[in-house]
Amino acid sequence: MTAITALDRPNSYIGRSVPRPNAKRLLAGRGRYVTDIVLPRMLHGAYVRSPYAHARIVAINADEARAAPGVRLVAIGEDLAKLCTPWVGTMDHFKGMKSPPQLPLPIDKVVWAGQAVVAVVADTRALAEDAAELVAIEFDELPAVVDIDAARGPDAPVISPELGSNLCFHGKIDTGGVEDVFAGAAHVVEEEFLFGRHTAVTMEPRAIIADYDASEPKLTVHHATQTPYQFQDIYARHYGIPEACVRVIAPDIGGSFGMKLHMYHEDMAVVGLSIMLERPVKYVADRMESFVSDIHARDHRVRARMAADADGNILAMDVEDVTGIGAFSAYPRTSVVEGNQVYRLMGAPYTFKNYRADLQVVFQNKVQMSQYRAVGHPVACTVTERLVDMIAAKTSRDVFDIRSGNLIPDDAYPCASPTGYKFESLSHHACLAKIRALMDYDGLRAEQAALRKQGIHRGIGIASFVEITNPSPAFYGVGGVRISSQDGAIIKITPSGDVRCLISITELGQGTETIVGQIVAEHLGVDRERIKVITGDTETTPHGGATYACRGAGIGGETALQAAKKLKANVLAVAAAILQDEPDRLDMEAGWIVDAASRQQRIELAEIARIAYFRSDTLPPGTQSQLSVAHHYAPEGYPFAFTNGVQACHLELDVETGFVKLLKMWVVEDCGRVINPLLVDEQIRGGVVQGLGAAFFEECTYGDSGQLTNGSLAD
Amino acid sequence: MEALDAYEQAGSDASYIAGGQSLVPALALRLQAPDVLIDIAHIPDLRGIELKGNWLRIGALTRHAEVLAHPLIRQHAPLYSDAAPHVAHPAIRNKGTLGGSIAHADPASEFPAMTLALGAELEIANRNGTRRVAADAFFVDLFQTAIEPGELLVAIHVPVVNANHRWAFHELARRRGDYALVGCGILADVIDGAIAQIRIVFFSVGNTPVRAAKAEHALIGRVIDADAIAAAQAAVIHDLDPPEDENVPPAMRRQLARVVLGRLLGDIARQAP
Amino acid sequence: MSDLVDVSLIVNGSEVSHRVPARTTLADFLRQTLELTGTHTGCEMGVCGACLVVLDGQVVHACLSFAVQASGSAVETVEGLTERAVIADLQEAFHQRNALQCGFCTPGMLMTAYSLLSQPGVPSREDIRDALSGNYCRCTGYEAIVDAIETTARNRAAGGDAAAREEIDA
Repeated sequence: MTAITALDRPNSYIGRSVPRPNAKRLLAGRGRYVTDIVLPRMLHGAYVRSPYAHARIVAINADEARAAPGVRLVAIGEDLAKLCTPWVGTMDHFKGMKSPPQLPLPIDKVVWAGQAVVAVVADTRALAEDAAELVAIEFDELPAVVDIDAARGPDAPVISPELGSNLCFHGKIDTGGVEDVFAGAAHVVEEEFLFGRHTAVTMEPRAIIADYDASEPKLTVHHATQTPYQFQDIYARHYGIPEACVRVIAPDIGGSFGMKLHMYHEDMAVVGLSIMLERPVKYVADRMESFVSDIHARDHRVRARMAADADGNILAMDVEDVTGIGAFSAYPRTSVVEGNQVYRLMGAPYTFKNYRADLQVVFQNKVQMSQYRAVGHPVACTVTERLVDMIAAKTSRDVFDIRSGNLIPDDAYPCASPTGYKFESLSHHACLAKIRALMDYDGLRAEQAALRKQGIHRGIGIASFVEITNPSPAFYGVGGVRISSQDGAIIKITPSGDVRCLISITELGQGTETIVGQIVAEHLGVDRERIKVITGDTETTPHGGATYACRGAGIGGETALQAAKKLKANVLAVAAAILQDEPDRLDMEAGWIVDAASRQQRIELAEIARIAYFRSDTLPPGTQSQLSVAHHYAPEGYPFAFTNGVQACHLELDVETGFVKLLKMWVVEDCGRVINPLLVDEQIRGGVVQGLGAAFFEECTYGDSGQLTNGSLAD
Repeated sequence: MEALDAYEQAGSDASYIAGGQSLVPALALRLQAPDVLIDIAHIPDLRGIELKGNWLRIGALTRHAEVLAHPLIRQHAPLYSDAAPHVAHPAIRNKGTLGGSIAHADPASEFPAMTLALGAELEIANRNGTRRVAADAFFVDLFQTAIEPGELLVAIHVPVVNANHRWAFHELARRRGDYALVGCGILADVIDGAIAQIRIVFFSVGNTPVRAAKAEHALIGRVIDADAIAAAQAAVIHDLDPPEDENVPPAMRRQLARVVLGRLLGDIARQAP
Repeated sequence: MSDLVDVSLIVNGSEVSHRVPARTTLADFLRQTLELTGTHTGCEMGVCGACLVVLDGQVVHACLSFAVQASGSAVETVEGLTERAVIADLQEAFHQRNALQCGFCTPGMLMTAYSLLSQPGVPSREDIRDALSGNYCRCTGYEAIVDAIETTARNRAAGGDAAAREEIDA
């Protein structure tokens, strides 16, 4: 028999593995993705793309395309520049950062192979593609800047001559004393690390429908994005439409992973095309277009060294990171954030104090680079943990032993990293102990040794990490970028006693609506089947940051919780008036107002709602029931909520072929209070497998002339 | 045949389509844009699997899934059966055809290579009748075969294996269904314990399936023991001239080929006499 | 290739007839002409598996067939299998195990699982993974999908009713 726990109380949902109500629709094939949406009089866009990584546009002849069957519009850079103001992807607190202005379609030159140059709008996508093949663009090819060293060389062609060089940003961190520590250290290890370009490869490619109605005026954009409010702001500002007249709807999204929160030229162009045509225009990137136009990530070369004393105590790190970001910085989140997180997360789990790092963010003729899942973390973790293992090897210490000797003690918080991050509370040692037991580390080592004698090569690896989550306004807001760190929720009791919650965080399949429903149901004491959570529409939900950087549960969840508490107080105030009791002697449970002490049912929530909405005349004079609340919440104090964890990997190597067989992965992650273990486990499993893809299989490779050489799902 | 006439009428800008599992992607990517597609999927002459004396006739439209499961192929042309689970993914195998795969002649595909390993003959129809081409003369270059424009691959004729035959198939792919980095099929005629004849064919190592003639030569007349395997492995390096590839350099492919060959010959040596 | 052709086939048990451009793929025909948007297109080259449908009893890529080639055939999509309730237990197992996140790959996953579970015997986890080798999922890491299919296979083998539920640890 199991003990009664908090989870056994009625409506106790927080901490419980409950399935996602909205998943049933997806399982029945009734998802509604932007790719599925058809609007009356809708047209379809296709783009003519640059075959060159770097070239001047000499002439564009689109006469034949304009005359092709079904074609409604052929637009070039100048056409859209008349409607759309340029954007620049910089942030104020990256001092000295620079990036050229961007337009939906280029006017003078192209800066990466695959850049959209001409837009064709036709009755069907196939007709638009037919016509696109008829557009003749004369290019004058320029030398392509591909390599990150060549890009910084004295003779390098400068992609944006007005910026003076191909250096977007140069950052330095130096605590001082690093040279001396290295000079006097018993052990110094160093390595060069190359991280290839990765990309998100969401199963649903980027998709957008812009629908401009000049009569109101009103712009409605159905957009496969994580962040509808950010795009509402962007479309309003750059197309000069009042913000209140811009509606962005993010329906079901077929995967995002950070990729669908950046400004893409094709998407911005679609808005302009719709304004020009005053008809809905749809654009869905096909898979090939996705590879050449979705953001890439993680193009880094890191040279790093680590110093330790004779016992293997880490003393200092010295890091040089060069990262190639494409020909400009992405908008609005920039292309420096990843490098910034790489050089600030280096060594973050460890106690050493002396740190020096140099970050160079370099322009090149490749597709733009920006934030994709786990921004910077894999790079910083790989470099740090490899160097730690090298120190372990030098000092003949076990990989667990070296970490337990160097990780920040669990009772040392709050503290700060030498790179400037402030940690409120982490738990490296608890996690390390847990994973050691979970994986039976000692047993695995014994098995490894025994199998090695039979010629079987097994490997065991562990990695500790610190994770950046829940950014405060100190990040985008202070940087001058109009991305919210707060979220908002509106919760209302319906006349039947059901609950609707409209919230600004968005659902991408990770279970946002489910956990919000759990939180609200628990705090309002109602069955979660009576709660409907609504997300992804700027017209109905309050303004907020939406979903990125692990902020959905942390900030959105807290918003829902505080809103629910506020609404509960309002409900209990009405109930107290009806029952002639004190609100603090009442509680809500299982759809009833109950006596807080005895849990005895007093009056049904539905009855409160009925009276409040239809028979307010029966309430005491002066009672104005507030059964809807709007509430906003932004994190205060710490700039980020840092978390931590450790992962372990067990694999077998075929030494003749180099093939690796993954045997098992273990993850211990300090998630704080888990709202839904089923969903958390699912997120971690999915994240680990995506990481394994990056580690083993994935890379966007480029040829010398800046051509992506493996741009299909079959490559 | 009606399909051949249709091609003639369409002029040069036509393509036959059977399963479409290679052709349709090429069309979707706008890499090919024929004016006319001639659907041959319903032509009865191109179907069926039957034993005719010492030859197994396999209709060109035989689906990969049928190749995988068909008892006559398992019994008489077993390298096809062994390779079939590695050909793409289940849904592709439900639609893709053996003839389509062979005519497409992707050098990374399993079936063209096994066709060569089995010493099959390809029956090709044109408006004058049909002709048979030995697999050794069939694969001309990258995606190029002995099939002339307008001609149609009708059937694959495989000399059936007998009690003296040993065979083995293996490929090194990083994930199931991925193109192999290197793959190989071997058909050996073993008489009194020694190799009388052998066909060793690699795929994913060049522009066509590649017979490893030097490795074969190193094995003729020998019992497959450690020395013979080492000799074949030493020789196979000189049989292969893999293309430059950033991710898989030629030296790596040769090394993988050496390993695969060693493992397959080991398998064959272990097979009951 | 842009000439119009007549396409007549049975989709989810109903006869349909349309005149469409010859180059219309079966996937576009289902999604656009018939508005059966449960079939998804993720790569349009037969790699990702989001467009799988049942064509004359076999699971195939709708993006790799032209609609006209399917004339005279019977096609079933996720909408049809759902209406017939033949995958209700599978969908329930996916739901309970949370074997989907964004759901874009899910109809294709269900098609593969439906086909696999229609074959005799109880597939091993290795068999299930093999069968799923042509279905890409970027969210889940596949583990929960394998779990859900395995649960359904076992429940069916045990004669469990269609709505058999997997125990989920609270």
